[in-house]
Amino acid sequence: MQDLQTLESEINANITAAADIDALESLRINELGKKGRVSLLMRELGTMSADEKKEFGPKLNQLKNNLNDAVQLRKETLEQVALNIKLASESVDISLTAVSQELGSIHPITQVMDEVSEIFTEMGFSVAEGPEIEEDFYNFTALNIPEEHPARQMHDTFYFPKGEDGTRKLLRTHTSPVQIRTMMQGEPPYRIIAPGRTYRNDSDATHTPMFHQVEALVIDKDIHMGHLKWAIEEFARKFFEIENVKIRFRPSYFPFTEPSAEVDIGCSFKNGEIRIGEGDDWLEIMGCGMVNDRVLENVDLDPKIYQGFAFGMGLDRIAMLKWGIPDLRDFFAADLRWLKHYGFQALDIPSLSTRSSALKGSK
Amino acid sequence: MKFTLSWLKTYLETDAPLDVISEKLTAIGLEVEEIIDPTEGLKPFVIARIEKAVQHPNADNLRVCTVNNGSETIEVVCGAPNARTGLVGAFAPSGSVIPTNGLKLKPTIIRGVESNGMMCSERELGLGDDHDGIIDLPADAPIGTSFSDYIGANDPSIEIAITPNHQDALGVYGIARDLAAAGLGTLKKPDTSKVKGSFDSPIKVKIENKDACPVFAGRYIRGVKNGPSPDWLQRRLITLGMKPISILVDITNFLTHDYGRPLHVFDADNISGNLVVRLSKSGEHFKALDEKEYILDDQTCIIADDKAINSLGGIMGGIDSGTYDTTTNVFLECAWFEPIRTAMTGRKYAIESDARYRFERGVDPATVLDGIEMATRLILDMCGGEASDVTVTGEVPIISKTVSMRPERMLSLGSIDLSKQEITDILERLGFKVSDQGDLLDVTTPSWRCDIDGEADLVEEVLRIYGYEHINVEPLPPASRDVVTGLSLLQRRSRMAKRTAAGRGLCEAVTWSFIPSAQARLFGVLPENLILENPVSSDLDAMRPNLLPNLITAVGRNIDRGFKNIALFEAGNQFSSDKPDGQTYALAGIRRGQNHQRHWQDTPKDVDVYDVKADALAILASIGVNVKNAQVVTGAPDWYHPGRSGVIRLGPKNILATFGEIHPNILKKLDVKGPLVGFEIMIDSIPSPRSNSGNSRGVLTISDFQSVERDFAFVVNKDIWADEIIKAIQSIDKKLIDAVNVFDIYQGAGIDDDKKSIAVNVRLQPNDKTMTDLEIENLCIQIINRVAEKTGGTLRK
Repeated sequence: MQDLQTLESEINANITAAADIDALESLRINELGKKGRVSLLMRELGTMSADEKKEFGPKLNQLKNNLNDAVQLRKETLEQVALNIKLASESVDISLTAVSQELGSIHPITQVMDEVSEIFTEMGFSVAEGPEIEEDFYNFTALNIPEEHPARQMHDTFYFPKGEDGTRKLLRTHTSPVQIRTMMQGEPPYRIIAPGRTYRNDSDATHTPMFHQVEALVIDKDIHMGHLKWAIEEFARKFFEIENVKIRFRPSYFPFTEPSAEVDIGCSFKNGEIRIGEGDDWLEIMGCGMVNDRVLENVDLDPKIYQGFAFGMGLDRIAMLKWGIPDLRDFFAADLRWLKHYGFQALDIPSLSTRSSALKGSK
Repeated sequence: MKFTLSWLKTYLETDAPLDVISEKLTAIGLEVEEIIDPTEGLKPFVIARIEKAVQHPNADNLRVCTVNNGSETIEVVCGAPNARTGLVGAFAPSGSVIPTNGLKLKPTIIRGVESNGMMCSERELGLGDDHDGIIDLPADAPIGTSFSDYIGANDPSIEIAITPNHQDALGVYGIARDLAAAGLGTLKKPDTSKVKGSFDSPIKVKIENKDACPVFAGRYIRGVKNGPSPDWLQRRLITLGMKPISILVDITNFLTHDYGRPLHVFDADNISGNLVVRLSKSGEHFKALDEKEYILDDQTCIIADDKAINSLGGIMGGIDSGTYDTTTNVFLECAWFEPIRTAMTGRKYAIESDARYRFERGVDPATVLDGIEMATRLILDMCGGEASDVTVTGEVPIISKTVSMRPERMLSLGSIDLSKQEITDILERLGFKVSDQGDLLDVTTPSWRCDIDGEADLVEEVLRIYGYEHINVEPLPPASRDVVTGLSLLQRRSRMAKRTAAGRGLCEAVTWSFIPSAQARLFGVLPENLILENPVSSDLDAMRPNLLPNLITAVGRNIDRGFKNIALFEAGNQFSSDKPDGQTYALAGIRRGQNHQRHWQDTPKDVDVYDVKADALAILASIGVNVKNAQVVTGAPDWYHPGRSGVIRLGPKNILATFGEIHPNILKKLDVKGPLVGFEIMIDSIPSPRSNSGNSRGVLTISDFQSVERDFAFVVNKDIWADEIIKAIQSIDKKLIDAVNVFDIYQGAGIDDDKKSIAVNVRLQPNDKTMTDLEIENLCIQIINRVAEKTGGTLRK
């Protein structure tokens, strides 16, 4: 008995003192291996009487288990120390640049079109398109813009040479011809927006010969100016991500709408910067109105049955406003510095569910 | 349209302050663009007297003045020739800013004499052109008081934008009339009573074309004395940005803007015989007041005497019959010219004038008879003289019409619920006559509202006076029938394709749809009808047949900015004809340089044809093309390198994309340093998915048996494509041979010069049992034999 306790303490002390895995292993073999001291004691059990065995056997077993556990524990400790030393030697310079994929970007015009499409499709609109090379009828005549209207003049509209039939094509000056094409394609109701490229013969600090517009058209039996106002307020709130954006409607004139309005958005001009949603100034963002009866008649719709609204808005302009982009001309210069600065990430796909939290659901 | 507050108040009795008037103008559709309050700039200036002016000791042209500004006496050095003892003028103290040049005054030493402030000229204060000397006020002007108060220059000017339907507001009177209708005061009518004539006009007027000019009122005034206009009239014209000329000219300009009534004054002594209003004869000459000579067609409405043409009706008078300082007898014209002909004439000869601007929009015909009396009265007041009776030729046209209005349209169109009475009140305030027909209101337009066309115009009239801010907002109701919503397939594909391209490192550009025609011709045939007649500049004259040229030149510009590695793309329309189906939607990309910057761990490689092949395939896959079914063949268009380009297609007629190195000739012509690689994806040529395919992904089948991989290296002739080897191997057993991948291409030592080595990894995936060694061995032999048979390749030793 006394022997066993002494033995255990002695071996335990040796285990604890083992400096490395190899020393531990040879210790284990010496003490617990076939010829080790513990094994020899086990062997002695065979020579003992039944009573001695009963007393001595379990104790000896206990001793063996304890020592095995101690060896295992010491082994794990020593392994961990060894591993720590190895890991410490493997340190690298994490300040070095990682290999990263070259980043591409999405142009603000694409981003603004996607945002506008998202807002209006959620309101039940579809997205329509039309040709950029247009006929006089769709761009002007059907929209109640008479022959002598100044907008038809060379200094505003890009024209192509006269064809054999005496007519000449033009570059659409607005997205409104898509209204006409939509109405001539099928029966009402219509709920469309039409974003796209538009052209005017104009080039100065704030005008480019090509720009972008979005058109909206809603025609049904009972659409009135209150619905128009609602749609625009909803749009402005969601697009600019400002809950209490101030909107002002004031009378204006367009040949294709009656009554007509221009829409101003509340803003401030401070230090050459425009801020939407604050201040007492106003900035015009779009023209709109109830589709003129003459336009409905031009596409063979009965104004006594159908009515609705339309609006048109400059996409470049609202992109500049939303993201603080100072110069329109830079949009079309394909300068990589600009594209990388004002561009958007590929996966930054506009979605209403990721809008600013200030926005509540529809009223 | 520009006017001042005091001018407006000559026709509008109102207590409303400027900001209320301004807000109301915008609210009724007369949008205020700018308000200038001149008192702001003139605030620091006071009336002062030069108590003593003596010669400057060191400068011949300067005087040293002792100036009394009411509170103190200070020394001011002055260069004006009229600076004299006793002069009373406008003094700018040190610290004030000269409004016209922004100069801030401070005490200075001028040639050794201290000067504190400045005596100002008219031009320096923005009050006129006079810069010959300093302002010279009457001797009794109160010293020390505000200069701007004294001269009455505290009259704010207001500039409003006039929409084409508001021809009625092209005169201050019309603006006052609209404001009065909107409840902002009472309209004061001008004195239009008849001035009694004392003789018959010796000049008679005949109208030959009553469509062009239905009415002409004329009056002879003899014995007038022309000269500079009085201050009040000059100031009004200066407000408008016009230069005062002489009383007779200034009166016509004034009435044009005051009453919206253009008229003309002829020097009667330069008219031979009588006047006739007729259409011009082709080739007739006319020398206008703008000192240009015009050769006329046969459709121009002109006013001529026995010898010459004296005026383009409603547009501009002639230089020879104009009025000058020496004029003593005049003939006054007040007529009405038809809008469309006036517009066309003005445009034809490119003459802009205030008269044309008004006549082409529609002048109130009722002002023919009022206007001639107003003009007569002004001439007699300021120039003296004696007036003849008015001769009226033709008849004042009636342009009023009656439009029926359903009162409920205010609610059903305008979203404001107004009673019949409220509607009637507003329309009557605007000058309409309203007759209640029970369910309908019969509304007769006033003579000044030729723009009113139908019921909707009346709804707008009532709305704008009642206030757009009262339109009741209502959410859009559900459509009366289901409508399609969301994006079309093409739109979804466009969005996905762009986002995939950006995800692959390409930056999206948006470039002009027009390019130089010479560049367009490098990318296919350019039909004549895609060249603009009036391009914004000669190098933007053709519709682009292809997206690449703009991207290539954009790469060039970015190289100039110092970029080496460039990756750009654009999605948009390109044009092959002027028909709608000649517009196709594509996405194109260009890469140049290396695939990334130099990196310590990852060596960059030059971009090549395989990078753009990968771009094209990845984008096609992202928009639903099963690229495994697509063929990649040679035959890309001419703008690519003939040996380093390809076409991705579903069949000979169904090309989805092209890619390759850009042809060196193209780069040379576009002056861009290459090499460049590019790709084009014809997004709208991609077939729609089968409509019956549904959303189900199908059942996933996974084999439970172990797959086997074996590598082979074949030596083949150089012109053999890797694809031929892959196809040969796959043809053995499409089910069992799961994948064949090329992992090495080798040319060089150990391989004949006309040969190359292609190494492939073949993956076998049995589906019913595990393959035995013998089966695998047999298949390997089959592979070697099949490749030898199809390509002549042999296993590399």
